[in-house]
Amino acid sequence: MAHGDKSNEKVVFVGDSRVRKGKGFIVPPDYTAYPGKSEAFIPNFLLKEWMVGVVVLVGFLALTIAEPAPLGYPANPNANIIPMPDWYFLFLYQFLKLPYASGQYVAFGILGVPGVAFLSLLLAPFLDKGKERRFYRRPVASSLMILSLISLFYLTNVSWTHYQNELKATGQVPEHIQREEEAREKRAKGLPTSSAIQQKEIAIVDKEDTAMETFKKAGCVACHAADLKGAAGPSLRGVGDKHNKDEIMKIIKEGYEGKMPPQYDNMIAQGITDKEIDHLADWLSKQKAAK
Amino acid sequence: MFKGIYNWVDERLDITPIWRDVADHEVPEHVNPAHHFSAFVYCFGGLTFFITVIQILSGMFLTMYYVPDIINAYGSVEYLQTKVAFGQIVRGMHHWGASLVIVMMFLHTLRVFFTGSYKAPREMNWVVGMLIFFVMIGLGLTGYLLPWDNKAYFATRVTLQIADSIPVVGPYLKELMQGGQIVGAETLTRFFAVHVFFLPAVLLLLLVGHFIMIRRQGISGPL
Ligand code: HEC
Ligand code: HEM
Repeated sequence: MAHGDKSNEKVVFVGDSRVRKGKGFIVPPDYTAYPGKSEAFIPNFLLKEWMVGVVVLVGFLALTIAEPAPLGYPANPNANIIPMPDWYFLFLYQFLKLPYASGQYVAFGILGVPGVAFLSLLLAPFLDKGKERRFYRRPVASSLMILSLISLFYLTNVSWTHYQNELKATGQVPEHIQREEEAREKRAKGLPTSSAIQQKEIAIVDKEDTAMETFKKAGCVACHAADLKGAAGPSLRGVGDKHNKDEIMKIIKEGYEGKMPPQYDNMIAQGITDKEIDHLADWLSKQKAAK
Repeated sequence: MFKGIYNWVDERLDITPIWRDVADHEVPEHVNPAHHFSAFVYCFGGLTFFITVIQILSGMFLTMYYVPDIINAYGSVEYLQTKVAFGQIVRGMHHWGASLVIVMMFLHTLRVFFTGSYKAPREMNWVVGMLIFFVMIGLGLTGYLLPWDNKAYFATRVTLQIADSIPVVGPYLKELMQGGQIVGAETLTRFFAVHVFFLPAVLLLLLVGHFIMIRRQGISGPL
């Protein structure tokens, strides 16, 4: 160390600070005190540990390849599925279904048992203060822990079997399995396998039609844009799903909801013929979103 | 040459004591499985750390594709899983690792409990360990929602209902986690932020504390 103790001084400070060095600190045991073969952490021990680690890692990678992480269908609040938390919450989930831990007793169910259990786990060193370390000489602490472990396994198992039975009773298959099977079928047919909700852009039907020219000439583009996606006025892509030809004709002649002025007279003034206007209305009524 | 660089830095910063303090210590016989096979129980802490490192690394790669909004979250996970090279492996590592890390942590906790290693002078380290335990549980809870599939959505709804039924603080806690009246866009971004920034930051701080305490106090002696 850079700053050695000057042990002949009356007051010894920690390092070069002004903090007095007390005698209180419990010095960790020197392992030369234990007869045995201790070994250097770096590199000897760490290398061996790393070798074990590599074996664990390879096994783990094999698992991830053999068993892809599950994924169901996109969240849909109206879906009908049996809610299940991750496996390590099952014991708590099941516990809170017990008659004396739910309904009007739910406060007891949450604070009374799991609350007390986790708090005493947190404070275990201050509850079990004896010097004895061997578990068979600490009957209270050990048996409480063993009891908790048994109830943990028991509750988890009850919850899981209950879930399996419910699946069977309702004839449901977990969604991640459903999705995988669906994807497999789609792949076999050469279809896209995605289950994600697609936000498809509605395409313009018959983009090359002469009505497009009329649409521009009449000045509709000023409010509905040349790509029909809308500007001051709304998008007209897929407008055929909302209005038929006659309605669109009426919109052109009379305007719409007071927000769109009548266009007909203006169009005639631009030298657009009735036939072209009729064709434009027809074309717009054919603007339907592809199914 | 490396030695030259090392010495140059060491002369200026005196770094030798730093790494010596971390790395240069003896592993006593009673925790070394090479001498007593039953000492493998002392490996669970190291294994928990190993898996945690895997979680952090795989999580960092997941965030390269994951989009935390309700419209794209599912699609981004699906894309990662089915289209991206090695995406299935990275997501698989993070998904199964999340379970494995809980198992390892559980076994580590039991080892410490049954060897009575939480007794004086190691009380504080046990408390820090339990806090790590809760943070890990929190990571699992918040991570579960992120793929935004039905399983994630309904499990989170139930979790928040349970939070809601805690006396006094419950409703506030629920609203804080949910960020509104329903499990929706706000909930997903909150869970994402908590999962990726808040809890990992707390976890790293606690881990540093855990390891410093282990080094200061040494591992508990043989029974
Ligand atoms: C001054 C801007 C303006 C011009 C020019 C204009 N529109 Fe409109 N249009 C609007 C507005 C604003 C609305 C929406 C009215 C509403 O939402 O109540 C609308 C609505 C419509 C609708 C109904 C859309 C729907 O979703 O219900 C049709 C069809 C339409 N316009 C066709 C045309 C055609 C064809 C032309 C060219 C001849 C044209 N518009 C020119 C502003 C305009
Ligand atoms: C160490 C503890 C961690 C645990 C226990 C954990 C746990 C989880 C869990 C259970 C999921 C759900 C995965 C699924 O169902 O597929 C998840 C997802 C995710 N995690 Fe973590 N995580 C940890 C650390 C991290 C870190 C450090 C990051 C990033 C910096 C991260 C980023 C993500 C992302 C982006 C997802 C969403 C992708 C997906 O669901 O596939 N995680 N995590």
